Amino acid sequence: MNINATLIGQAIAFLIFIGFCMKYVWPPIIEALDERKKKIADGLAAAERGKHEQELAEKRAQQVIHEAKEQANEIITQAQRRGNEIVDESKDNARTEGERILVSAQAEIKQEANRARDELRSQVGSIAIAGAAKILSREIDDKAHTDLLEELVSRI
Amino acid sequence: MASESSITSAGYIKHHLQNLTLGEKHVESATGVWTSTGELGFAESAQEATQMGFWSINVDTMFMSLLLGGLMMWFFRSVAKSISSGVPTPTQNFAEMIIEFINDTVRGSFSGGKNDLVAPLGLTIFVWIFLMNLMDLVPVDFIPMLVAQGASVLFGVDPSHVYFKVVPSTDPNATMGMALVVFGLMLYYSFKVKGTGGFLAELSLEPFGKWALPINIVLETVTLLAKPFSLGLRLFGNMYAGEMVFILIATMYSAGLVIGSVAGLLQVGWAIFHILIITLQAFIFMVLTIVYIDMAHQRH
Repeated sequence: MNINATLIGQAIAFLIFIGFCMKYVWPPIIEALDERKKKIADGLAAAERGKHEQELAEKRAQQVIHEAKEQANEIITQAQRRGNEIVDESKDNARTEGERILVSAQAEIKQEANRARDELRSQVGSIAIAGAAKILSREIDDKAHTDLLEELVSRI
Repeated sequence: MASESSITSAGYIKHHLQNLTLGEKHVESATGVWTSTGELGFAESAQEATQMGFWSINVDTMFMSLLLGGLMMWFFRSVAKSISSGVPTPTQNFAEMIIEFINDTVRGSFSGGKNDLVAPLGLTIFVWIFLMNLMDLVPVDFIPMLVAQGASVLFGVDPSHVYFKVVPSTDPNATMGMALVVFGLMLYYSFKVKGTGGFLAELSLEPFGKWALPINIVLETVTLLAKPFSLGLRLFGNMYAGEMVFILIATMYSAGLVIGSVAGLLQVGWAIFHILIITLQAFIFMVLTIVYIDMAHQRH
């Protein structure tokens, strides 16, 4: 247990070890540690960003779905409206057509009736005349018969 | 370990506390009178080691500390070479754990701005002292016996004169050597940060102002010198005492079966407790070094 040159030897060895450690050991290890810290921080930030983006995308998807639903609803109501319109239109069409047909039919009927009446009238005339001729051939009383005829004609 | 069967406890203890000292051989020509033979060799007794004076070297301390320091540097260098910032290997993980621990401690205690030296210094101190202290947990006779027997087989020397102290930190030379380096670094940074004038002013004008200059100088010088001494002697004292307890326990083994078994239990208990001490002492040395160098950076 004497103080001797070991003191100096130890001091020199210690200095050499410190120098070695300072130059070849500490910097690469601490650099790697810092780098890993940065990597982890970056990774966490990226994860956070990804999560955020996913949230945004989800929101966006929801919005798109919502819009699509709205659009679909609109289309359906439009279609229903259009269908109703078409039905109404066709009903109207049918009604007017029917009315038209009815009117024309009535006109025709009227026409036919008029024609028939005219024909009838003319035929009645001729029948009357024929009848008159027949009567005339027996007795002619112009006066009386003309009155009779006139009365007949006016009644038609 | 003496080869004679008649060794006493005192002799055993003394043997264990003697370093393997290499220096100029001395012989005791008469009682109490030592003369140099001029040859280089290992001291064969504590008295001869004392006679060798300053210019001798404790080969065991140097060998063990260099071996352990080299081991430490090899380990950390191999990790540093293959380090990746990706997924670490278990070895890398272990080294990183230590480095992170040191880095956190330095960050917590050192406020002197950017300094590339403090953290590697802390790492070197902590791991090296821890490894040197760890040698204390090797059974006290194991390595000395191996060395003594090896020396007697290889060189034919008397194994009872081969000393080998396994724990370098129980040699005040080792601890004071490290404390001296720390002291040198303290002075270096004091001069560098505060300038010569600033440092001298700190030594002479505090704590009592310029009218009590001589008192200030005495006080501050004592404060300054106390730092390396407390550093080195604290570690030495703790490890020396711990080693001493191990040696004392080891002497009980020759006292029969009952006391021997008690000694076994004691040794296990003391070793478990000592795990705490060796780590704590390494940590204290490191933290105090950081604090002292931090103080050297402080301007008043």
